[in-house]
Amino acid sequence: MAADITLAAPIGTASQPSSFAEFWASFRENKGAVAGLVVLSLIVFVAIFADVLAPHSPLEQFRDAVKLPPAWYEGGNWAFPLGTDALGRDMLSRIMHGARYSLFIGLSVMAVSIVCGVALGLLAAFAGGWIDSAISRVMDLIVAIPSLVLAILIIAILQNPSLEKTIAAVTIVSLPRYVRLVRASALSEMGKDYVIAAKVAGVGSLRLMLRTVLPNCLAPVIVQAALGVSDAILEAAALGFLGLGAQPPTPEWGAMVGDGREFIRSEPWIVTLPGLAILVTVISINLFGDGLRDALDPKLKRS
Amino acid sequence: MIRFLIRRIALTLPTFVALMFVTFVAIRLVPGDPVEVRVGEHGISPERLAEFRHQLGLDQPVWKQFADYVWRLFHGDFGTSVVTNQKVLTEFFTLFPATLELAFCALIFAIGIGIPAGAVAAVKRGSTYDHMLMGMSLTGYSMPIFWWGLLLVMFFSERLGWTPVSGRIDLIQYYFEPVTGFMLIDALLSDQPGAFWSALSHLALPAIVLGTIPLAIIARMTRSSMLEVLNEDYVRTAKAKGLAPWRVIGLHALRNALIPVITIIGLQVGGLMGGAVLTEYIFAWPGVGHWLIDAISRRDYPALQGGIMLISSIVIIVNLFVDVLYGTVNPRIRHGR
Repeated sequence: MAADITLAAPIGTASQPSSFAEFWASFRENKGAVAGLVVLSLIVFVAIFADVLAPHSPLEQFRDAVKLPPAWYEGGNWAFPLGTDALGRDMLSRIMHGARYSLFIGLSVMAVSIVCGVALGLLAAFAGGWIDSAISRVMDLIVAIPSLVLAILIIAILQNPSLEKTIAAVTIVSLPRYVRLVRASALSEMGKDYVIAAKVAGVGSLRLMLRTVLPNCLAPVIVQAALGVSDAILEAAALGFLGLGAQPPTPEWGAMVGDGREFIRSEPWIVTLPGLAILVTVISINLFGDGLRDALDPKLKRS
Repeated sequence: MIRFLIRRIALTLPTFVALMFVTFVAIRLVPGDPVEVRVGEHGISPERLAEFRHQLGLDQPVWKQFADYVWRLFHGDFGTSVVTNQKVLTEFFTLFPATLELAFCALIFAIGIGIPAGAVAAVKRGSTYDHMLMGMSLTGYSMPIFWWGLLLVMFFSERLGWTPVSGRIDLIQYYFEPVTGFMLIDALLSDQPGAFWSALSHLALPAIVLGTIPLAIIARMTRSSMLEVLNEDYVRTAKAKGLAPWRVIGLHALRNALIPVITIIGLQVGGLMGGAVLTEYIFAWPGVGHWLIDAISRRDYPALQGGIMLISSIVIIVNLFVDVLYGTVNPRIRHGR
């Protein structure tokens, strides 16, 4: 993130030497955002080092320790701190590995939709005419179909749900907001003097697009991207829950909640813990994203 | 105003055309021949196959098929389910009242709590209440609602035994012919003691689950919109005039603060339909969301196609309606652009 921000700054704010320091000063005032960043870093750390940190393999089935409750309950065992699921797999290890899938989905969706969104948004803004109309109408259409329903339809078309298809479906669903955002801010930038000056100076249109206009459209996109990650994670988890996302035995959190559904009465931890992991992750990303917005885009600041 | 209306409708038309095109293409992209799906795995003679193909219009050129599809849509024919052999439109509108009732109650829940809670938070800005509400709102819109639904079932249904786990009413005790399709109203009309209560207790949890995200968003939006309005000159004037605080807040501030909130509520409709899929799935609620998931697992693609067409059309129309409503309450939108 930090690298993007410093990259984004040079054009408009070349005279201000360290816009990152300025950003950080404003960001750290927001206690919620800092808390979100801390928790999020922790989750990222766990996801990266899941292989080392997790006490067991997420797939290993301990046949003599099936449906063990978390250790602090009666009958629990500290060998399995958060208990085991219906097949005797260690819940803690599965949740730790699950962080990888959720973050991977969130980040891939974000990366692909930023690239496609920026490309389509800039194209729409610069080309105008029928290209603009076509792109805008397709985005209207994607927005008109409820996102989960559209994602389900895409999975149905692609057949045989998997992690990659989940990413594809969620990316398509989340594309419009980036396209619209980039298009709108590019259009508003294009009327400004510095762009006209660049045009008069004879800057080529590709250079104009990417070097002159784009950096000045990035702040809202970065903010949107941070908040978009949390939506992508929720959407993907919902697909996993419905059995249309990552397939068993993948320890994806949404799928874990879905698989554990039948044990809700007798062994509730199989359902509650992975869901709690989703909630905590999404909250921390949202807190971080809100802080990012307040720091980067004071105009949008929530009072 | 009429010009604004016409322009808005004209902007919607290409979306409809694109929607028809996408649903048409989508069903052709889905692997598996519709004829095979209908016939099943039994052997079939080539003549019968050709007959089926002809019946389904699959022997025509593609552009003709698309034209036929559009023609049929305009005549209210959204296809026939290959599983039940029922018209998709009939199936959809038998189940739709259940979804509508659920979504409507969820919205009532969200608006009824969200607006007052958000307004109070704005007035008491910075108080413990304000911080708590914002924390709850953050949790609310970060919530994986499928999990939230299961948690509520676990607590209220399994542990406390207050609410039933699934369905719309206790079918063993109460039976009556649907009149309006809305269980709450039908239960009242049936004059059976306890029926209304049974329907309400079935509805409560699903409506809360579906209403949670809109509630969080509406509360937050009302708060920030209210904060902006409270700084406006006319509110200060009203205060200075010596009006009672509740009049200033309720009449002068809240009324104006609600304009952006209305838009946000309108934008929730799409999300509500998506949320309804999950909610209906968890609570075995016999609505269109549940039906759509069933259609996928049965590979009933005509039902999926028609269902998505219908749901999206409803969302488009509601959004159009909200836009027009917004233009009515806020003339700047109407004349601008």
